[in-house]
Amino acid sequence: MAVDTPVREPVTPPRPRGVRGVLGSWDVLVLVALVLVIVVGSMTVDGVGNPRFYRFVILEAIPIALIALPMTLVVITGEIDLSVASTVGLTCSVLGALWQAGVTSLPLLIALSLALGAVLGAVNGVFVTVFGLPSLAVTIGTLALYRGLAYVVLGDRAVADYPVDWARDMIAPLPGTVIPWFVLVVAVLALLFGVLLHATPVGRGLYAIGNNAEASAYSGIAVLKTKFWLFVATGVVAALAGVFWTFRFASARADNANGLELSVVAAVLLGGVSIFGGRGGLLGVVAAVALLGTLRNALQLADVPANALTIVTGTLLIASVVGPNVVRMARGRLRRRRPPEERTQP
Amino acid sequence: MTAPATTPAPAPERAAPASAVHRLFVVRELGIALALVLLVAVTFAVNTRFLSAQNIKDLLLGATILAILAVGQAIVIITRNVDLSVGSILGLAAFATGTLFVDNPGLPIPVALLAGIALGAVCGAINGGLIAAARVPALVVTLGTLYVFRGLDYTWATGQQINAADMPPGFLRLGTASILGVPVLALFAVVVVVGAGLFLRSYRSGRELYAIGSEPDAARLYGIPVGRRVFWAFVTSGALAGLAGVLHAARFGTIDANAGLGQELNVVAAVVVGGVAIFGGSGSVYGAALGAVLLTTIGSALPVLGINPFWQRAAVGVLILAAIGLDRSLAVRLARRLAGGTDRGR
Repeated sequence: MAVDTPVREPVTPPRPRGVRGVLGSWDVLVLVALVLVIVVGSMTVDGVGNPRFYRFVILEAIPIALIALPMTLVVITGEIDLSVASTVGLTCSVLGALWQAGVTSLPLLIALSLALGAVLGAVNGVFVTVFGLPSLAVTIGTLALYRGLAYVVLGDRAVADYPVDWARDMIAPLPGTVIPWFVLVVAVLALLFGVLLHATPVGRGLYAIGNNAEASAYSGIAVLKTKFWLFVATGVVAALAGVFWTFRFASARADNANGLELSVVAAVLLGGVSIFGGRGGLLGVVAAVALLGTLRNALQLADVPANALTIVTGTLLIASVVGPNVVRMARGRLRRRRPPEERTQP
Repeated sequence: MTAPATTPAPAPERAAPASAVHRLFVVRELGIALALVLLVAVTFAVNTRFLSAQNIKDLLLGATILAILAVGQAIVIITRNVDLSVGSILGLAAFATGTLFVDNPGLPIPVALLAGIALGAVCGAINGGLIAAARVPALVVTLGTLYVFRGLDYTWATGQQINAADMPPGFLRLGTASILGVPVLALFAVVVVVGAGLFLRSYRSGRELYAIGSEPDAARLYGIPVGRRVFWAFVTSGALAGLAGVLHAARFGTIDANAGLGQELNVVAAVVVGGVAIFGGSGSVYGAALGAVLLTTIGSALPVLGINPFWQRAAVGVLILAAIGLDRSLAVRLARRLAGGTDRGR
């Protein structure tokens, strides 16, 4: 009954050599798509070449870009954090409540927000590493919990009476340009996470954990500790995104960033990170965030309805996993020339 | 935190594994049923009107759509996959139903039902086809189709809304009518739950879904057509989401392109609370349906208990975390028992 199965094994080989090849080419592919969108966009759509266009794209992409950085590392270790958008929401709520309670020092507000993010991330980390629960389920739970607490803290009110110049300062451009200064924060963090992931033993360890957590543990990598701190980092960065969100819109509401978690995950996956962990890189993810942001705004300028972009996002996401697999399968089939009829069913 | 009742001395018969597995299921579904009864009882004690005929009807109506979605999701999760596109399929089917009635005012209701189910099944077949044929992770594909289906829905609706006046009164009566005090919609859910429960319990292909979820590779070696089973699991989930869409249209009467928006994680939450392991291989649709009822009942119970309704989502989050924690401890106990009841550890 099951006699025919061993023949099938070579179809999905462990790909010892191909990993880096496929990975590299994917980063390049996303970057090429980004350049293509920018070039074609600025030639065909009125306003895409305009610096103000990029200012807007960047402002809009900053929260997703921020959260996507630690999320990349989390997904590479084979975990996921779906609670990030709720962390943003809860941070916004607490920020608003603190402001109303009379905390008027901006540095203190930011410090408290980041500390809150660390705690929220640590809660995820404890559930995943100490209790050994699957992060997908845990963070769906904390997604509901943190968003719920955001409503408990602020109800359906909005806190919007911050000093006007806070909002202005948050989105102020770099001197002499139109680029928001906050992009520097994103760049520094990207550099930090990029070096950590791609140039340190810790980063290599993340890939090892994603490929085989048990083997990594036996080879001396502190798997649980690493995962715990990744969740904490994700919480802190999500809280930072919450601070940005609050002041950019000068509005703290419990439903801020609702549903953002799936946008972040989509960007990370489109950036070439494998949902099973162990594969992907930060460059591809940053490029994917930029690609999605530029595409969205360019299409809007071209009067393409926003829903078309939803379709494009989804299709890109599917293509990003189906494409490489189909290519690999086709290659495998060519190599084992003329297979018997056993390939009819997957 | 239901303390697992102290097990009444090792069962006399030697069929340890079977009885242990059986006990796990019994304990698990009993636990959630108890939690539900407790919640209802306490709320009833506070305000007897909580169990008035009208309120019971509202509770059942509220739980119907989530329960139907949860059954489909449970079937998919049992095979160690996940379907994030159900909310979008629901929206698409609901809008399709409305459009059908606008275009053909005299359309018989069963035809509309079948059309909705068929549309959902087609969407599910797209998911399942991609996942089974291209061998790509379900989370990524269904996140992609979440966007694609919703985008199609938006494109189709182009901002218009279908009102109750556009739909035949007979169809809308379906949403409010009841037989012997039980809403007709809830009867749909009961039929779906019992049907799926019987299939998963007593049919060979139903059992094979559990085998696939426990260990896909082993299932494949054993000769189970994994791809085909997973494909049909997604078709089922899609068809049920389609059915839920039609019922949504009947219940609310007013449909825009946002029907079911953001439902996907609620559904997964209901399934997880109902004791279906997020990584497949165990759980039942009865549990999943109970989970859905529990989640919706909390929503209506909190205001009666005098608790700020803003606590609802937080309570749901705590419930999810408690449920997976409970499952984990049960699984550990079970593993210990299967290992011979000795201190072989894990």
